[in-house]
Amino acid sequence: MDRTFTEFLAMGGYAPYVWASYGAWCLVMLLNILGARQALDSAMEQARRRLVMRDGDERGAP
Amino acid sequence: MATWTWFHRLASPPYVYRTAATLTPWFAVVAALAIGYGFFGGLVLAPPDYQQKDAFRIIYVHAPSAWLSLLAYTTLAVAAAVGLVWRMKVAHAVAAAAAPIGASFTFLALLTGSLWGKPMWGTWWTWDARLTSELILLFLYLGYMALRSAFDDRQRADRASAVLAVVGVVNVPIIHFSVTWWNSLHQGSTVMKLAKPSMPGSMLWPLLASFLGFTLLFAALLCVRLRAEILERERQASWLKSIVEKR
Amino acid sequence: MTPRRKRLLLVGGILVGVGLATGVATMAFRENLSYFYNPTQVTEGQVPRGRSFRVGGLVTKGSLKRVPGNEEVRFVVTDLNRDVTVAYTGVLPDLFREGQGIIAHGRLDGSGVFVADEVLAKHDEKYMPPEVAQSLKKAPGGAGPGGEGKGT
Repeated sequence: MDRTFTEFLAMGGYAPYVWASYGAWCLVMLLNILGARQALDSAMEQARRRLVMRDGDERGAP
Repeated sequence: MATWTWFHRLASPPYVYRTAATLTPWFAVVAALAIGYGFFGGLVLAPPDYQQKDAFRIIYVHAPSAWLSLLAYTTLAVAAAVGLVWRMKVAHAVAAAAAPIGASFTFLALLTGSLWGKPMWGTWWTWDARLTSELILLFLYLGYMALRSAFDDRQRADRASAVLAVVGVVNVPIIHFSVTWWNSLHQGSTVMKLAKPSMPGSMLWPLLASFLGFTLLFAALLCVRLRAEILERERQASWLKSIVEKR
Repeated sequence: MTPRRKRLLLVGGILVGVGLATGVATMAFRENLSYFYNPTQVTEGQVPRGRSFRVGGLVTKGSLKRVPGNEEVRFVVTDLNRDVTVAYTGVLPDLFREGQGIIAHGRLDGSGVFVADEVLAKHDEKYMPPEVAQSLKKAPGGAGPGGEGKGT
């Protein structure tokens, strides 16, 4: 590919469309990864709290 | 029956949880490699198209995103149906986990399609068969998620949303065949057909890598979200303790 | 309001919402169930009267004319059977070229000229590098690219 870097960035005049597509993909996938991790972290935290509460009840029971 | 043991194992939350955790990094690494090659190949190595010039490079994000929008919905609907029929908690968890990921790929397919349509067709949007049915798919995903969040009780949310998911699956073949069943502005399939792909290898290999990479990325994201869904569904199980305390 | 009623209303609202959104989209699409008509249908009068519709076909080579003095362009759209002349004022899409498939939206005037308010370029699903397209064109008897395949 004998394109210069500037030519590559210009995408033959279609730069806004091409780079916006790839940019949107990167952004949405970043949100996807962060969202999935956040969902797992909060589910883990909730499960931990449930276990602590249950153990507390058992210990407190006569 | 020995042939059914795999099915029973799939119904076991701890087994599925641990398998998902083990598989995630493998899916993620191969996905990153495949997408890296796919995008580099599509943007740098592949020659410009004889008609669309460099604008055609949008295909490397657009077509795999559209493929994932359909694959994710099929996964969701099949899982929801299994959940309804066998009352399997894990299956409902898979369906719930697939929804936000599928919705994001559907949104991307519509957005990148719009960004491709403006310079090539001359319009951001038109009500042709392919575009309309893909938009309805986005509504289905959003409706599915909204319906789930309307219930406080998870079991009820699972069942009610599963019915919507199963009914909505008729849209999947409609989307795929819309370009052959009706006159449309959208062109036919380049790769997803029985005939030979209408593309030379220099353009095709990066595209196939993108398809593979997107699919594995979906699998990795699904595994992470699935674990979250399983944790939320397990109340008193003792195996939870070993997982939560590991952290 | 009891929680159960609230839930019922919410679920009902969502189902109505999804149904409405799907209905609106389907209505919008039904008008385009046949997204475009071909020039044969147009010349034989098998098109809706009194409202606008779309014509799809190939732009006949050598038919593109600019009307001097204003921005109007005229070209002939063909399905290799019948022809329709299209008049259009505005920016043509990048892919518009003679021999290429296009879809024009507008209505017929009294003299059988299709006055378009929008011209879209239709492309096919084939992609190839410019050099390959060139050599295909030169090849004797080879089906040269540039045309529009299925559907138009």
